[in-house]
Amino acid sequence: MTDTTIDRDKLRDIYTRTMRVARADEKFRSLLMTGKLAVIYYTVRGQELVSAAAMAALEPSDYLVTTYRGQHDQIAKGVPLNPLFAEIAGKVGGTCRGKGGSMHITHPETGVMVTTGVVGSGLPIANGLALASQNRGDGKVTMVCFGDGATNIGAFHEAMNMAQLWKLPVIFLCQNNRYGEHTAFADHTKVDSIVTRAKAYGMNGVKVDGNDAIAMYNTTKAAVDRARAGEGPTLIEAMCYRMMGHFFGADFSYMPPEHLAEMAAEDPLPRLRQLMLDHQFTEAELDAIVADLDAQMDAAAEFAANSPLPGPEEIRKDVFEEEIAA
Amino acid sequence: MSQITMTQAINRAIDEAMAEDEGVILLGEDVAAKQGGGVFKISAGLTEKYGENRVRATPISEQAIVGACVGAALAGFRPIAEIMLMNFVTVAMDQIVNHAAKLRFMSGGQTHVPMVIRTTTGVGVGFGGQHSDMLEAWFAHVAGLKIVTPSNAADAQGLMRAAIACNDPVIFIENILCYGLKSDDPGPNHFVPLGKAAVAREGSDCTIVTYGRTVLDALEIAGKLADEGISVEVIDLRTIAPYDEATVTASVEKTGRAVVLHEAVKQYGTGAEIASRLNEKLFGKLKAPVTRIGGAFSAVPMANALEQAWIPNKEKIADAVRAAVNWKG
Repeated sequence: MTDTTIDRDKLRDIYTRTMRVARADEKFRSLLMTGKLAVIYYTVRGQELVSAAAMAALEPSDYLVTTYRGQHDQIAKGVPLNPLFAEIAGKVGGTCRGKGGSMHITHPETGVMVTTGVVGSGLPIANGLALASQNRGDGKVTMVCFGDGATNIGAFHEAMNMAQLWKLPVIFLCQNNRYGEHTAFADHTKVDSIVTRAKAYGMNGVKVDGNDAIAMYNTTKAAVDRARAGEGPTLIEAMCYRMMGHFFGADFSYMPPEHLAEMAAEDPLPRLRQLMLDHQFTEAELDAIVADLDAQMDAAAEFAANSPLPGPEEIRKDVFEEEIAA
Repeated sequence: MSQITMTQAINRAIDEAMAEDEGVILLGEDVAAKQGGGVFKISAGLTEKYGENRVRATPISEQAIVGACVGAALAGFRPIAEIMLMNFVTVAMDQIVNHAAKLRFMSGGQTHVPMVIRTTTGVGVGFGGQHSDMLEAWFAHVAGLKIVTPSNAADAQGLMRAAIACNDPVIFIENILCYGLKSDDPGPNHFVPLGKAAVAREGSDCTIVTYGRTVLDALEIAGKLADEGISVEVIDLRTIAPYDEATVTASVEKTGRAVVLHEAVKQYGTGAEIASRLNEKLFGKLKAPVTRIGGAFSAVPMANALEQAWIPNKEKIADAVRAAVNWKG
């Protein structure tokens, strides 16, 4: 039985991570809407809490592999905002000197080892990071995040089987946001739940309401503890909603009205706010957290705007260890 | 002097690297002792020495094998993936092309992927269309990959050590027909630097630029043509990419003629790139057009009679050199 309690410091931590994700997403969308930024952007609206609660269960040194819709995971894991904003803007002050962009955010100092733009490709790589930890005995775990759409590509199945075969310290976090690109879950998968697939590999599998902060945190924590203890991987299916289109600005008229209404009712942000109030946090306390975060967002946007554009010499760097001759 | 086979040479190189660095691990189908140490016995004896955590027999899951090596490399290991046959590499192209090759660049140099993908192939053993291809051109087209193929046992040992030590991903292509080739034993800790071609035979009339198994054909033909009074220089690239432009250009500048030879299909092969570079560098100094010889434009056939018709055979190679030397414009 998953624990249904949580301590107040952890709850404050989850709230702060959630709101850091939410305010950053809001800021990106505002920069795009006002023409201050013109880049491809995969909004994480609706999935803020899933990552915040999951990442709160990890240590900063644990590894994370995520996907192009991964800003929530990266921010919740701790990637600093200034280089993150600059990377999304394609500036030299970005995490990857503007060479990766939002789809390839990498920040090893906070454990963010790979962000892939290819659906499902992160899972085999996560196994390798976990394998290194297993051989070294360094106690780290690896988390890999992906959507429901990633569970029908071969890499998912190959990686699940290998992870269980070798009892790797890896957590497969499927953020089931009910859509793979434009295709609804029921139109791409015949089983009711992704988590049933864990059984096919003899793996521990747990389904959880990703918008329930306490359940999401405790479920992840149990999987992390298990992996760290050498008991092997877990597939977590965290139910959530992608509250906007595939990428920002994209048409999402294919989402039926009843689905949109259901999503609005399940919005994790007001729900979390209420949970905080129920736990005797005050409105003023929560507002202060958000105000502080908004100041950080403004500073990050400013940092990104002022960061120089990368020069053409960057094309010859980092192809190999040695720079390519001009 | 004692001799060593290519199989022993590659095994020794991996053994030495594993002894030196716990981060060197081997993943692949059937590679552990329980499965016999690999289909071609390259990893024989390694499980006994280094254990099953470092010599991991995998399921038949090429994406998972290469992906796990990418991840372990990101964590600071130097993994070696054995992909049993080169055609099976196609199943793992996403991990190789989109990840191993690009993560250093896309991360702005924050991460890198020091891994080796060992694989083997070869026309002439009757394995047919899905077990015989040389696909080096596919990888040579991708920025971020190094591609190595040895033509003799000593080089195989030295190139393997250098490939494992390299901080970027290396595709290491072996040839089934070459495993039994013997070289004088180069001794322990032998390194052959990546990116450096070898002049396998010196000559003055025409250069054959080649790599891998066809170096043997080129050397044999060079010997025969010497009897006809034609002096052939043979360049063994050893590393296909990055290309050792200095060595090849210097040789062809000297001889004025070049034939580029590879076992892979000629059309859109690496020969096209090499011929084009020679034309760019040496136009006006060439005494004949640079020509190419490669495999036929079909799947590799199974029947030996057809394989021999498919492959760039020795008579075709000799004819190409004669045509270059006799070229009148």
